[in-house]
Amino acid sequence: MLNRYPLWKNLLIVLVLAVAAIYAAPNLYPDDYAVQISGSRAVHEVNDRVMGQALSVLENEGIAIKSGGIEGGAGLIRFSDSDAQLRGREVLARSLGENYVVAMNLAPTTPDWLMALGAGPMKLGLDLRGGVHFLMEVDTVQAVAQRLEVYASDIRTTLREQRLRYRSVELMEDGRLAARFADAETRDQAQSRLRRDFSEFAFEAAQQEEAYLLFISLNEQTVREIEDYAIAQNLTTLRNRVNELGVAEPLVQRQGRNRIVVQLPGVQDAAAAKRVIGQTANLEFRLEALADASRASTEVFEFRSDPDRKATLEREIIITGSSVANANAAFDENGMPQVSITLDARGGQMMSRVTRTSIQRRMAVVFVEHKTRNVMERVDGEMVERRIPYTEKRIISLATIQSVLGNQFRITGLDSPRESSELALLLRAGALAAPIYFVEERTIGPSLGAANIEMGMKSVQIGFALVLIFMLLFYRVFGLLANIALTLNLILLVSVMSLLSATLTLPGIAGIVLTVGMAVDANVLIFERIKEELRSGSPVQTAIHAGFSRAFSTILDANVTTLIAAVILFAMGTGPVKGFAVTLSVGIVTSMFAALVITRALVNLVYGSRKLEKLWL
Amino acid sequence: MIHIQRQINFMGLRKGAAALSIILLLASILSLAINGLKFGLDFTGGSLVEVTYERPIELEAVRATLRGAGYQDAVVQTFGAANDILIRLGEAHDPQLGQTILQLLQSAEEQTVTLRRNEFVGSQVGEELREQGGLGLLVALMMVMVYLAFRFQFKFSVGAVLALAHDVILVLGFFSFLQIDFDLTVLAAALAVIGYSLNDTIVVYDRIRENFRIMRVSEPIEVLNQSLNETLSRTIVTSLTTLLVLVVLAFFGGEMIYGFAIALLVGVVVGTYSSIYVAGNILLMLNVSREDLIPPPPKEEDEAEQLP
Repeated sequence: MLNRYPLWKNLLIVLVLAVAAIYAAPNLYPDDYAVQISGSRAVHEVNDRVMGQALSVLENEGIAIKSGGIEGGAGLIRFSDSDAQLRGREVLARSLGENYVVAMNLAPTTPDWLMALGAGPMKLGLDLRGGVHFLMEVDTVQAVAQRLEVYASDIRTTLREQRLRYRSVELMEDGRLAARFADAETRDQAQSRLRRDFSEFAFEAAQQEEAYLLFISLNEQTVREIEDYAIAQNLTTLRNRVNELGVAEPLVQRQGRNRIVVQLPGVQDAAAAKRVIGQTANLEFRLEALADASRASTEVFEFRSDPDRKATLEREIIITGSSVANANAAFDENGMPQVSITLDARGGQMMSRVTRTSIQRRMAVVFVEHKTRNVMERVDGEMVERRIPYTEKRIISLATIQSVLGNQFRITGLDSPRESSELALLLRAGALAAPIYFVEERTIGPSLGAANIEMGMKSVQIGFALVLIFMLLFYRVFGLLANIALTLNLILLVSVMSLLSATLTLPGIAGIVLTVGMAVDANVLIFERIKEELRSGSPVQTAIHAGFSRAFSTILDANVTTLIAAVILFAMGTGPVKGFAVTLSVGIVTSMFAALVITRALVNLVYGSRKLEKLWL
Repeated sequence: MIHIQRQINFMGLRKGAAALSIILLLASILSLAINGLKFGLDFTGGSLVEVTYERPIELEAVRATLRGAGYQDAVVQTFGAANDILIRLGEAHDPQLGQTILQLLQSAEEQTVTLRRNEFVGSQVGEELREQGGLGLLVALMMVMVYLAFRFQFKFSVGAVLALAHDVILVLGFFSFLQIDFDLTVLAAALAVIGYSLNDTIVVYDRIRENFRIMRVSEPIEVLNQSLNETLSRTIVTSLTTLLVLVVLAFFGGEMIYGFAIALLVGVVVGTYSSIYVAGNILLMLNVSREDLIPPPPKEEDEAEQLP
């Protein structure tokens, strides 16, 4: 027969749809409002005792919960509404203390048997669930400059060891190093020596008045490597810091050459999150300068708590924050906030070597912050905003060294417990390899997210219903078949999105609505073709067959070109727009399958085995 | 059953249509040159705070409060509902800005004010997005042109791409003329318009190609008219269902995707018009003829087998 699918083909379609239905199913179960409890350090494990404490606190406060237990190493307590969730989080955060992080979360309620099959709901984007989004730029220029400083001292060491006398080795403004020599011969010897030791340098000799210069620059590949390293390092540090915040399902990702995107779903206090994540602070430990020290070897710093108070410190840094192995906020004997610090082995050696000879001298802890200031400038007659990075170094504490310091010591003289805990957290989470600046920040309140979901879903439902009615009125039985195919198409779309664990955003929902409107196109093309064939006198079965096969190339061309636009949108878009591109692309593919395979199967099923004189279309 | 009057002489109207298109294009370009686009935060950079009041509030009162606190350049507008207020500030970034503004507004009011969203986009990022967006549109057009030249013929790809450019310019012109906020989602919609309008054009072109091969008459204008008439009811049905869902989206989708829905609505209307008048018209101007499609590319052989 002309219009009949073999049994295996029908079974295959049923199988595909059954699989799709299973993977789409988790989206029917609404997420629970929940809080997640995790240990702020590895030693603070969330166990039954902690959970027992948490549950009894909630019971005492009269906050009703749906369930509570340990899932995947973290405690998860589910509530029936967002009000209970908010109150629960507050109460738990207070009673569990700073060893545990209590974060708001939306917990999926996918039944176990679906979970066992690896099914799960679509993830919701920030615009639908609320949260904070940051886009940060890594100052790679600064990272390269820092590395060049290290190279400069390596070069000095090499030259000294080789007994090649130089006047100076300095970093210049244009990002090159300049070595000065008294005569050309020494310079050339130095050049050939350095060329042997450092393969990553490019050299250029020059002469300025009396001085013989050697300009040293890094090759492009090395610069790239330094940049990549700085970004990788920053990513790690940011991940550590985000983990310290205890956010459920955070996203920390590189974007483009020198940007990092951080998304924290469920977080509302952007300022607090930013203080911890964006903190580019580092610490330097320096000795106070002796009274007779030369001006060149000292530097004057203000105090952080009191800008009028100043102290003169030695230029030489004993250790930096990167030598810190662990740090904890605590209180000293007088109840003042303090941070106790444990150094790594190398840091401990340095510290004890310096302090051994410096007892009764004072040591300062300098807080280094990278900041930016925006300045409007006139460039070619246009006002352009320019970002000027600067570094602020201030003294947090200046204390007398009582004894030789080793691996463990304390910083006192902090203003508040909040300051001490933040400082401890920063020291623990590690320093950033290069300064970062915030270039984009978005906070979406939970009420807006909920409203967006509601409005989006309403649009999908109404749009879907209208299209169904329209098709039914216009094509009757064929319309009904197209409607079934359209419904199945929607299930396919949702299941593919869930399988890819794609993120659903508001424009993504708009994409689904648009897909519903456009998906009927392929059916319309086919049905109109069948009508034409009938009008030109073809027998019914032949008309149906010809309708499907002749519409095929049109449908293919039309959809491939739309797909091209969608793919470009995906490649250049970010965040929500990417979500739109994903639903649009997936929608194009599933709607082709729905029209060409599912509608065909349905038409075959209804009309295929009958002798028809007339077709009601 | 709806029967559409067959044999409309579309191409008879082509001079009028060409005139209309040219006038609209000139108007759009003029508006873009004079008014420009009212770029949203995504593209300009700056800060934005959205707050909700329990009850509707006078915009003037909000403005006065902000002015009083030194925010001279704040742009205040309602966002969807009368109690939903959007505040745009050009200033440099301050992480506390959302909270600061919220406290400020709260102190001036007895009813509770809640923060809905707070966004900051650096000016450099905005500039990059603008460049990237324009580049995206161009790349999309180029890729489509290559695909069509490969699947159809060069004249068809020129016709389709010019029709697309026509549609995109008119959509941009519409946004420029009415000064509707042009943000990232609207840009996404403009790209989706390319996809949609192309869909329409391809269907018409497919039929034109087919008719050039099978029709006895060789007057291109008759072939085009016949093709447009044959595909007319499909064009109308698909446009109607798409418009239907877009109207729903514009009404129920909420303020954040209103611009998106409007851009697509305009795009679908313009795209439908252009696939009938502009795409065909350009083919005629390029003197398309049966010879352009013969000998058929080898790719078409398996298709020929399917013909009854």
